[in-house]
Amino acid sequence: MSGDCDKCEEMMQPFIDGVLSDAEVREAEEHLERCAWCAKRYRFEERLRHYVRVAVSEPMPPELKAKLAALRTEL
Amino acid sequence: MSDSAPSTADTRRLAEEARARVRFEEEALELSDQVYRVARRLAGSREEAEDLVQQTYERAFRSWRQFTPGTNLRAWLLRILTNLNIDRGRRSQRAPQTTSLDTEAGDYFLYNQLEAQTPGENPDEERVLERLSQDSIVEALADVPHDFRDVLVLVDIGEFAYADAAQILDIPIGTVMSRLHRGRRILKANLAERAVA
Repeated sequence: MSGDCDKCEEMMQPFIDGVLSDAEVREAEEHLERCAWCAKRYRFEERLRHYVRVAVSEPMPPELKAKLAALRTEL
Repeated sequence: MSDSAPSTADTRRLAEEARARVRFEEEALELSDQVYRVARRLAGSREEAEDLVQQTYERAFRSWRQFTPGTNLRAWLLRILTNLNIDRGRRSQRAPQTTSLDTEAGDYFLYNQLEAQTPGENPDEERVLERLSQDSIVEALADVPHDFRDVLVLVDIGEFAYADAAQILDIPIGTVMSRLHRGRRILKANLAERAVA
């Protein structure tokens, strides 16, 4: 772990959100290639986002779906 | 004043409008699973989420002419939904506690804590992730205060872009970014508290 790791940690969220500039993405990627410690934490974060999304997803109750369909305009 | 039958042009216009309306309703209904998924986490309970989605579709179908074809229909529906949610006067919640964990600890702290609790040398990230149960994730998200949770749910669960979330919630994009940053920290702090020991 080094000062570069602190910088890399700061860039993690915007990196995953895809809002970094090309130069910043390159900077993060160069660090991640050299630093397994940060690379693991980036992988964890990406998996965590997906894991959370799946964990909190509840299918719509079929009765609600039927109610919504009934709101359609009669032709 | 003539009381003649509607002209051919009028008939054609009405038929055109009826088709546009049907198309709008079909497109909106196709998005209902995604709308519900977001609504379920914005609302406090399943019942509230169901009411909100139903009211949203009632309002959307009434005001369908206000939708600009070619723009983001899912965002338009969520805009109606979040407004209804706010109008309902969401249950008051305690103000977010400012803990050192969510403001000072960096973004790696959740991983660091979970890894330390995972047996074995240098466990892979999948095993580390398994310290979090599904129930604990649902609870941890529900415990994020509303203002932060709205943004978090739209961006991280609904997969809306920052700009769409800003439009849906009618707040500046900078506010979306700062609430998202803080909201993710709070979620992680909540997850860290609930991790399987």
